[in-house]
Amino acid sequence: MIAQFGIVWDHRDLLIDGFLTTLWLSALSAVASIALGTVLAMALMSRRPLVARASGVLVDAMRCVPFLLFAYIVYYGLPSLGLRFSNWSSGLFALILYNTAYMAELVRGAWRGLPGEMIEAGHAFGFHGLGLVRRIILPPVIFAAIPMIGNQLIQIIKDSAFLTIIAVEELTHAATVIQATYFLPFASFITALLLYWVLCLCVEQLVRLVGARAELRR
Amino acid sequence: MTAGDWLSLAQGALTTVTLSIVAIAIGLPLGLALALVRWRGVRLASPCIAILVSLLRASPGVTLGLLIFFALPTIGISIGAIPAAIATLTLITGAFNCEIWRGALVDFPRDQLEAAQSVGMTAGMRLRLIVLPQILRSAMPALVNEMTLLVKASPAVAVLGVVDITRAAVRIGANTYEPLPPFSAALVIYSLVVFLFVLAQRLVERGQRRAAAA
Repeated sequence: MIAQFGIVWDHRDLLIDGFLTTLWLSALSAVASIALGTVLAMALMSRRPLVARASGVLVDAMRCVPFLLFAYIVYYGLPSLGLRFSNWSSGLFALILYNTAYMAELVRGAWRGLPGEMIEAGHAFGFHGLGLVRRIILPPVIFAAIPMIGNQLIQIIKDSAFLTIIAVEELTHAATVIQATYFLPFASFITALLLYWVLCLCVEQLVRLVGARAELRR
Repeated sequence: MTAGDWLSLAQGALTTVTLSIVAIAIGLPLGLALALVRWRGVRLASPCIAILVSLLRASPGVTLGLLIFFALPTIGISIGAIPAAIATLTLITGAFNCEIWRGALVDFPRDQLEAAQSVGMTAGMRLRLIVLPQILRSAMPALVNEMTLLVKASPAVAVLGVVDITRAAVRIGANTYEPLPPFSAALVIYSLVVFLFVLAQRLVERGQRRAAAA
Protein backbone atom coordinates (compact mmCIF):
# COMPACT_ATOMS: atom_id res chain seq x y z
CA MET A 1 0.00 0.00 0.00
CA ILE A 2 2.76 2.44 0.99
CA ALA A 3 4.66 1.40 -2.15
CA GLN A 4 1.62 2.33 -4.23
CA PHE A 5 1.57 5.84 -2.80
CA GLY A 6 5.32 5.91 -3.50
CA ILE A 7 4.68 5.38 -7.21
CA VAL A 8 2.01 8.09 -7.15
CA TRP A 9 4.55 10.37 -5.43
CA ASP A 10 7.06 9.64 -8.23
CA HIS A 11 4.51 10.99 -10.69
CA ARG A 12 3.53 13.98 -8.60
CA ASP A 13 4.28 16.37 -11.49
CA LEU A 14 1.27 14.90 -13.36
CA LEU A 15 -0.99 15.37 -10.35
CA ILE A 16 0.36 18.85 -9.66
CA ASP A 17 -0.32 19.85 -13.28
CA GLY A 18 -3.84 18.45 -13.00
CA PHE A 19 -4.37 20.16 -9.65
CA LEU A 20 -3.23 23.50 -11.05
CA THR A 21 -5.53 23.08 -14.06
CA THR A 22 -8.48 22.37 -11.73
CA LEU A 23 -7.49 25.35 -9.57
CA TRP A 24 -7.08 27.65 -12.56
CA LEU A 25 -10.34 26.54 -14.24
CA SER A 26 -12.25 26.95 -10.97
CA ALA A 27 -10.74 30.33 -10.13
CA LEU A 28 -11.33 31.80 -13.60
CA SER A 29 -14.89 30.55 -13.78
CA ALA A 30 -15.60 31.70 -10.19
CA VAL A 31 -14.51 35.28 -10.92
CA ALA A 32 -16.23 35.44 -14.30
CA SER A 33 -19.47 33.81 -13.14
CA ILE A 34 -19.75 36.08 -10.07
CA ALA A 35 -19.29 39.15 -12.29
CA LEU A 36 -21.66 37.96 -15.03
CA GLY A 37 -24.11 36.58 -12.46
CA THR A 38 -24.33 39.99 -10.81
CA VAL A 39 -25.17 41.56 -14.17
CA LEU A 40 -27.75 38.83 -14.81
CA ALA A 41 -29.22 39.43 -11.35
CA MET A 42 -29.80 43.06 -12.36
CA ALA A 43 -31.76 41.76 -15.37
CA LEU A 44 -33.71 39.41 -13.05
CA MET A 45 -34.61 42.37 -10.80
CA SER A 46 -35.39 44.62 -13.77
CA ARG A 47 -38.63 46.59 -13.62
CA ARG A 48 -39.25 45.81 -17.29
CA PRO A 49 -41.38 42.65 -17.16
CA LEU A 50 -40.07 41.29 -20.45
CA VAL A 51 -36.40 41.48 -19.35
CA ALA A 52 -37.18 39.99 -15.93
CA ARG A 53 -39.32 37.20 -17.42
CA ALA A 54 -36.82 36.26 -20.15
CA SER A 55 -33.82 36.15 -17.81
CA GLY A 56 -35.91 34.22 -15.27
CA VAL A 57 -36.70 31.50 -17.81
CA LEU A 58 -33.02 31.30 -18.79
CA VAL A 59 -31.88 30.91 -15.18
CA ASP A 60 -34.58 28.33 -14.33
CA ALA A 61 -33.76 26.27 -17.43
CA MET A 62 -30.05 26.28 -16.57
CA ARG A 63 -30.80 25.16 -13.01
CA CYS A 64 -32.59 22.05 -14.31
CA VAL A 65 -29.65 20.82 -16.46
CA PRO A 66 -26.86 18.65 -15.04
CA PHE A 67 -23.48 20.25 -15.64
CA LEU A 68 -22.17 17.33 -17.73
CA LEU A 69 -25.06 17.63 -20.20
CA PHE A 70 -24.48 21.37 -20.45
CA ALA A 71 -20.75 20.82 -21.01
CA TYR A 72 -21.60 18.42 -23.83
CA ILE A 73 -23.99 20.95 -25.37
CA VAL A 74 -21.22 23.56 -25.35
CA TYR A 75 -18.57 21.09 -26.54
CA TYR A 76 -20.60 19.69 -29.45
CA GLY A 77 -22.97 22.59 -30.00
CA LEU A 78 -20.50 25.44 -30.49
CA PRO A 79 -18.73 23.82 -33.49
CA SER A 80 -22.10 23.46 -35.24
CA LEU A 81 -22.48 27.23 -34.81
CA GLY A 82 -19.10 27.60 -36.55
CA LEU A 83 -17.14 28.33 -33.34
CA ARG A 84 -14.12 26.10 -32.66
CA PHE A 85 -12.56 25.99 -29.23
CA SER A 86 -10.02 23.72 -27.58
CA ASN A 87 -11.32 21.26 -24.97
CA TRP A 88 -9.88 23.46 -22.26
CA SER A 89 -11.64 26.62 -23.42
CA SER A 90 -14.97 24.96 -24.09
CA GLY A 91 -14.77 23.42 -20.61
CA LEU A 92 -14.03 26.82 -19.10
CA PHE A 93 -16.77 28.41 -21.18
CA ALA A 94 -19.29 25.81 -19.98
CA LEU A 95 -18.29 26.30 -16.33
CA ILE A 96 -18.66 30.08 -16.61
CA LEU A 97 -22.04 30.08 -18.39
CA TYR A 98 -23.51 27.37 -16.16
CA ASN A 99 -22.49 29.01 -12.91
CA THR A 100 -23.50 32.48 -14.04
CA ALA A 101 -27.13 31.32 -13.74
CA TYR A 102 -26.56 29.94 -10.22
CA MET A 103 -24.69 33.04 -9.06
CA ALA A 104 -27.45 35.26 -10.48
CA GLU A 105 -30.04 33.29 -8.52
CA LEU A 106 -28.00 33.63 -5.29
CA VAL A 107 -27.53 37.37 -5.77
CA ARG A 108 -31.21 37.78 -6.54
CA GLY A 109 -32.12 35.91 -3.35
CA ALA A 110 -29.99 38.29 -1.27
CA TRP A 111 -31.33 41.30 -3.22
CA ARG A 112 -34.92 40.31 -2.39
CA GLY A 113 -34.00 40.30 1.29
CA LEU A 114 -32.68 43.86 1.16
CA PRO A 115 -34.84 46.24 3.25
CA GLY A 116 -36.79 48.73 1.09
CA GLU A 117 -35.79 51.65 3.33
CA MET A 118 -32.22 51.35 2.15
CA ILE A 119 -33.22 51.87 -1.48
CA GLU A 120 -35.53 54.74 -0.52
CA ALA A 121 -32.70 56.37 1.44
CA GLY A 122 -30.52 55.99 -1.67
CA HIS A 123 -33.21 57.75 -3.72
CA ALA A 124 -33.39 60.50 -1.11
CA PHE A 125 -29.65 61.10 -1.49
CA GLY A 126 -30.08 61.44 -5.24
CA PHE A 127 -28.86 58.00 -6.29
CA HIS A 128 -30.68 56.40 -9.17
CA GLY A 129 -30.18 53.88 -11.98
CA LEU A 130 -26.81 52.16 -12.16
CA GLY A 131 -25.29 54.40 -9.50
CA LEU A 132 -27.96 53.29 -7.03
CA VAL A 133 -27.35 49.63 -7.87
CA ARG A 134 -23.57 49.88 -7.69
CA ARG A 135 -23.16 52.07 -4.59
CA ILE A 136 -26.23 51.30 -2.46
CA ILE A 137 -27.70 47.95 -3.44
CA LEU A 138 -24.84 45.65 -4.49
CA PRO A 139 -22.41 46.04 -1.53
CA PRO A 140 -24.83 44.71 1.15
CA VAL A 141 -26.31 42.20 -1.31
CA ILE A 142 -22.96 40.64 -2.19
CA PHE A 143 -22.00 40.65 1.48
CA ALA A 144 -25.19 38.79 2.41
CA ALA A 145 -24.64 36.32 -0.43
CA ILE A 146 -21.01 35.45 0.51
CA PRO A 147 -21.77 32.16 2.33
CA MET A 148 -24.00 30.94 -0.52
CA ILE A 149 -21.40 32.00 -3.09
CA GLY A 150 -18.84 30.01 -1.10
CA ASN A 151 -21.01 26.87 -1.41
CA GLN A 152 -21.29 27.45 -5.14
CA LEU A 153 -17.49 27.80 -5.43
CA ILE A 154 -17.18 24.29 -3.98
CA GLN A 155 -19.79 23.12 -6.49
CA ILE A 156 -17.65 24.64 -9.29
CA ILE A 157 -14.58 22.71 -8.12
CA LYS A 158 -16.57 19.47 -8.02
CA ASP A 159 -18.24 20.12 -11.37
CA SER A 160 -14.85 20.72 -12.99
CA ALA A 161 -14.16 16.99 -12.50
CA PHE A 162 -16.82 16.27 -15.14
CA LEU A 163 -14.53 17.91 -17.69
CA THR A 164 -12.32 14.82 -17.60
CA ILE A 165 -15.02 13.24 -19.77
CA ILE A 166 -14.36 15.77 -22.56
CA ALA A 167 -10.60 15.14 -22.10
CA VAL A 168 -9.66 18.29 -20.21
CA GLU A 169 -6.45 17.43 -18.37
CA GLU A 170 -7.56 18.33 -14.85
CA LEU A 171 -7.00 16.55 -11.53
CA THR A 172 -9.30 13.55 -12.05
CA HIS A 173 -7.84 13.09 -15.53
CA ALA A 174 -4.31 13.02 -14.08
CA ALA A 175 -5.39 10.40 -11.53
CA THR A 176 -6.97 8.33 -14.31
CA VAL A 177 -3.74 8.47 -16.33
CA ILE A 178 -1.66 7.22 -13.37
CA GLN A 179 -4.20 4.50 -12.58
CA ALA A 180 -4.32 3.39 -16.23
CA THR A 181 -0.53 3.22 -16.57
CA TYR A 182 0.45 1.56 -13.28
CA PHE A 183 -2.89 0.12 -12.15
CA LEU A 184 -2.95 1.90 -8.81
CA PRO A 185 -6.65 2.73 -8.50
CA PHE A 186 -6.70 3.15 -4.75
CA ALA A 187 -3.62 5.31 -4.29
CA SER A 188 -4.22 7.55 -7.31
CA PHE A 189 -7.92 8.29 -6.76
CA ILE A 190 -7.58 8.68 -2.97
CA THR A 191 -4.79 11.19 -3.60
CA ALA A 192 -7.03 13.07 -6.03
CA LEU A 193 -9.94 13.08 -3.57
CA LEU A 194 -7.68 14.36 -0.79
CA LEU A 195 -6.47 17.17 -3.06
CA TYR A 196 -10.10 18.13 -3.84
CA TRP A 197 -10.80 18.06 -0.12
CA VAL A 198 -7.86 20.36 0.67
CA LEU A 199 -8.99 22.74 -2.06
CA CYS A 200 -12.56 22.84 -0.73
CA LEU A 201 -11.40 23.34 2.87
CA CYS A 202 -9.21 26.25 1.68
CA VAL A 203 -12.19 27.80 -0.12
CA GLU A 204 -14.34 27.42 3.01
CA GLN A 205 -11.65 29.11 5.11
CA LEU A 206 -11.19 31.88 2.55
CA VAL A 207 -14.94 32.55 2.43
CA ARG A 208 -15.00 32.70 6.23
CA LEU A 209 -12.11 35.22 6.25
CA VAL A 210 -13.71 37.39 3.55
CA GLY A 211 -17.01 37.28 5.44
CA ALA A 212 -15.32 38.35 8.70
CA ARG A 213 -13.45 41.11 6.85
CA ALA A 214 -16.67 42.41 5.26
CA GLU A 215 -18.37 42.32 8.68
CA LEU A 216 -15.57 44.49 10.11
CA ARG A 217 -15.82 47.06 7.35
CA ARG A 218 -19.56 47.42 7.75
CA MET B 1 -34.16 11.13 -34.23
CA THR B 2 -35.78 7.74 -34.85
CA ALA B 3 -38.21 5.86 -32.63
CA GLY B 4 -35.30 3.69 -31.50
CA ASP B 5 -33.42 6.80 -30.36
CA TRP B 6 -36.40 7.92 -28.31
CA LEU B 7 -36.59 4.44 -26.80
CA SER B 8 -32.95 4.53 -25.73
CA LEU B 9 -33.44 8.00 -24.22
CA ALA B 10 -36.44 6.64 -22.30
CA GLN B 11 -34.33 3.71 -21.08
CA GLY B 12 -31.64 6.18 -20.00
CA ALA B 13 -34.28 8.16 -18.14
CA LEU B 14 -35.44 4.99 -16.40
CA THR B 15 -31.83 4.26 -15.36
CA THR B 16 -31.30 7.81 -14.04
CA VAL B 17 -34.56 7.77 -12.08
CA THR B 18 -34.03 4.26 -10.68
CA LEU B 19 -30.43 4.96 -9.60
CA SER B 20 -31.50 8.25 -8.01
CA ILE B 21 -34.45 6.72 -6.15
CA VAL B 22 -32.38 3.79 -4.84
CA ALA B 23 -29.62 6.20 -3.72
CA ILE B 24 -32.19 8.45 -2.01
CA ALA B 25 -33.96 5.49 -0.36
CA ILE B 26 -30.66 4.30 1.18
CA GLY B 27 -29.11 7.75 1.61
CA LEU B 28 -31.95 9.27 3.67
CA PRO B 29 -31.85 6.75 6.57
CA LEU B 30 -28.04 6.48 6.27
CA GLY B 31 -27.73 10.25 6.66
CA LEU B 32 -30.15 10.20 9.60
CA ALA B 33 -28.18 7.42 11.33
CA LEU B 34 -24.89 9.29 10.87
CA ALA B 35 -26.50 12.53 12.08
CA LEU B 36 -27.90 10.81 15.19
CA VAL B 37 -24.46 9.41 16.05
CA ARG B 38 -23.01 12.91 15.73
CA TRP B 39 -25.90 14.48 17.65
CA ARG B 40 -25.40 12.06 20.53
CA GLY B 41 -21.67 12.87 20.41
CA VAL B 42 -20.67 9.17 20.48
CA ARG B 43 -16.98 9.08 21.33
CA LEU B 44 -14.60 8.16 18.48
CA ALA B 45 -17.47 7.52 16.01
CA SER B 46 -18.65 11.13 16.00
CA PRO B 47 -15.36 12.76 14.90
CA CYS B 48 -14.75 9.96 12.38
CA ILE B 49 -18.14 10.63 10.79
CA ALA B 50 -17.46 14.37 10.78
CA ILE B 51 -14.22 13.82 8.82
CA LEU B 52 -15.79 11.31 6.43
CA VAL B 53 -18.77 13.57 5.71
CA SER B 54 -16.50 16.56 5.10
CA LEU B 55 -14.39 14.52 2.68
CA LEU B 56 -17.42 13.12 0.84
CA ARG B 57 -18.99 16.55 0.52
CA ALA B 58 -15.85 17.74 -1.26
CA SER B 59 -15.67 14.65 -3.53
CA PRO B 60 -16.69 14.98 -7.17
CA GLY B 61 -19.00 12.12 -8.16
CA VAL B 62 -16.75 11.22 -11.10
CA THR B 63 -13.66 10.74 -8.93
CA LEU B 64 -15.48 8.89 -6.16
CA GLY B 65 -17.15 6.62 -8.72
CA LEU B 66 -13.80 5.76 -10.32
CA LEU B 67 -12.32 5.04 -6.87
CA ILE B 68 -15.15 2.67 -5.92
CA PHE B 69 -15.31 0.95 -9.29
CA PHE B 70 -11.56 0.36 -9.71
CA ALA B 71 -10.25 0.15 -6.13
CA LEU B 72 -12.76 -2.24 -4.52
CA PRO B 73 -11.78 -5.17 -6.81
CA THR B 74 -8.11 -4.75 -5.75
CA ILE B 75 -9.10 -5.60 -2.16
CA GLY B 76 -11.06 -8.62 -3.37
CA ILE B 77 -14.56 -7.12 -3.63
CA SER B 78 -15.78 -7.47 -7.22
CA ILE B 79 -18.35 -4.84 -8.04
CA GLY B 80 -20.37 -4.24 -11.20
CA ALA B 81 -20.97 -0.85 -12.78
CA ILE B 82 -24.54 -0.50 -11.50
CA PRO B 83 -23.77 -1.35 -7.83
CA ALA B 84 -20.73 0.95 -8.02
CA ALA B 85 -22.94 3.73 -9.40
CA ILE B 86 -25.49 3.20 -6.60
CA ALA B 87 -22.74 3.16 -3.96
CA THR B 88 -21.28 6.41 -5.34
CA LEU B 89 -24.57 8.29 -5.43
CA THR B 90 -25.63 6.90 -2.03
CA LEU B 91 -22.41 7.98 -0.32
CA ILE B 92 -22.63 11.47 -1.80
CA THR B 93 -26.28 12.05 -0.97
CA GLY B 94 -25.90 10.34 2.43
CA ALA B 95 -23.15 12.81 3.39
CA PHE B 96 -25.22 15.82 2.40
CA ASN B 97 -28.33 14.37 4.08
CA CYS B 98 -26.29 13.84 7.27
CA GLU B 99 -25.56 17.57 7.42
CA ILE B 100 -29.22 18.45 6.75
CA TRP B 101 -30.54 16.08 9.43
CA ARG B 102 -27.89 17.29 11.85
CA GLY B 103 -28.89 20.91 11.26
CA ALA B 104 -32.50 20.02 12.07
CA LEU B 105 -31.43 18.07 15.18
CA VAL B 106 -29.21 20.88 16.46
CA ASP B 107 -32.10 23.34 16.13
CA PHE B 108 -34.47 21.00 17.95
CA PRO B 109 -35.76 22.66 21.17
CA ARG B 110 -34.19 21.06 24.22
CA ASP B 111 -37.15 21.72 26.53
CA GLN B 112 -39.32 19.32 24.53
CA LEU B 113 -36.82 16.53 25.16
CA GLU B 114 -36.74 17.32 28.87
CA ALA B 115 -40.54 17.41 28.97
CA ALA B 116 -40.69 14.00 27.25
CA GLN B 117 -38.12 12.66 29.71
CA SER B 118 -40.11 13.98 32.65
CA VAL B 119 -43.19 11.98 31.62
CA GLY B 120 -41.05 8.86 31.53
CA MET B 121 -40.45 8.33 27.82
CA THR B 122 -37.48 6.15 26.94
CA ALA B 123 -34.79 7.41 24.55
CA GLY B 124 -36.28 5.38 21.69
CA MET B 125 -39.77 6.71 22.31
CA ARG B 126 -38.50 10.30 22.51
CA LEU B 127 -36.79 9.86 19.17
CA ARG B 128 -39.69 8.13 17.44
CA LEU B 129 -42.62 10.12 18.86
CA ILE B 130 -41.19 13.58 19.57
CA VAL B 131 -38.03 14.25 17.55
CA LEU B 132 -38.48 12.45 14.22
CA PRO B 133 -41.93 13.78 13.22
CA GLN B 134 -40.78 17.34 13.79
CA ILE B 135 -37.33 17.24 12.19
CA LEU B 136 -38.83 15.43 9.21
CA ARG B 137 -40.96 18.50 8.62
CA SER B 138 -38.21 21.08 9.20
CA ALA B 139 -35.64 19.19 7.11
CA MET B 140 -37.98 18.40 4.21
CA PRO B 141 -37.30 21.43 1.95
CA ALA B 142 -33.52 20.99 2.24
CA LEU B 143 -33.81 17.22 1.69
CA VAL B 144 -35.84 17.66 -1.50
CA ASN B 145 -33.35 20.29 -2.68
CA GLU B 146 -30.58 17.72 -2.13
CA MET B 147 -32.58 15.16 -4.15
CA THR B 148 -32.65 17.50 -7.15
CA LEU B 149 -28.90 18.11 -6.68
CA LEU B 150 -28.40 14.33 -6.72
CA VAL B 151 -30.29 14.01 -10.02
CA LYS B 152 -27.97 16.68 -11.44
CA ALA B 153 -24.90 14.87 -10.07
CA SER B 154 -26.06 11.48 -11.41
CA PRO B 155 -24.44 11.78 -14.90
CA ALA B 156 -21.15 11.11 -13.06
CA VAL B 157 -22.00 7.39 -13.35
CA ALA B 158 -21.36 7.68 -17.10
CA VAL B 159 -17.61 7.21 -16.40
CA LEU B 160 -18.43 3.73 -15.12
CA GLY B 161 -20.17 2.88 -18.40
CA VAL B 162 -23.71 3.13 -17.05
CA VAL B 163 -26.03 4.45 -19.77
CA ASP B 164 -28.11 7.19 -18.17
CA ILE B 165 -29.97 10.03 -19.94
CA THR B 166 -26.80 12.01 -20.67
CA ARG B 167 -24.87 9.05 -22.01
CA ALA B 168 -27.82 7.89 -24.12
CA ALA B 169 -28.04 11.38 -25.65
CA VAL B 170 -24.29 11.40 -26.40
CA ARG B 171 -24.55 8.02 -28.13
CA ILE B 172 -27.45 9.15 -30.30
CA GLY B 173 -25.56 12.33 -31.19
CA ALA B 174 -22.50 10.30 -32.15
CA ASN B 175 -24.56 8.03 -34.41
CA THR B 176 -26.61 10.70 -36.15
CA TYR B 177 -23.92 13.45 -36.27
CA GLU B 178 -26.62 15.78 -34.99
CA PRO B 179 -25.96 16.19 -31.26
CA LEU B 180 -28.36 19.05 -30.56
CA PRO B 181 -31.75 17.26 -30.92
CA PRO B 182 -30.92 14.44 -28.43
CA PHE B 183 -29.32 16.96 -26.05
CA SER B 184 -32.43 19.15 -26.16
CA ALA B 185 -34.62 16.10 -25.50
CA ALA B 186 -32.35 15.13 -22.57
CA LEU B 187 -32.62 18.66 -21.21
CA VAL B 188 -36.43 18.44 -21.24
CA ILE B 189 -36.36 15.02 -19.53
CA TYR B 190 -34.08 16.27 -16.73
CA SER B 191 -36.31 19.31 -16.22
CA LEU B 192 -39.30 16.99 -15.91
CA VAL B 193 -37.54 14.77 -13.37
CA VAL B 194 -36.44 17.76 -11.27
CA PHE B 195 -39.94 19.21 -11.53
CA LEU B 196 -41.46 15.91 -10.33
CA PHE B 197 -39.35 16.06 -7.16
CA VAL B 198 -40.43 19.64 -6.48
CA LEU B 199 -44.06 18.66 -7.13
CA ALA B 200 -43.78 15.69 -4.75
CA GLN B 201 -42.41 18.03 -2.08
CA ARG B 202 -45.36 20.41 -2.52
CA LEU B 203 -47.83 17.52 -2.21
CA VAL B 204 -46.15 16.20 0.94
CA GLU B 205 -46.08 19.70 2.47
CA ARG B 206 -49.76 20.22 1.68
CA GLY B 207 -50.57 16.85 3.29
CA GLN B 208 -48.57 17.81 6.38
CA ARG B 209 -50.35 21.15 6.65
CA ARG B 210 -53.70 19.44 6.33
CA ALA B 211 -52.73 16.89 8.99
CA ALA B 212 -51.57 19.69 11.28
CA ALA B 213 -54.83 21.60 10.78
CA ALA B 214 -57.04 18.55 11.38
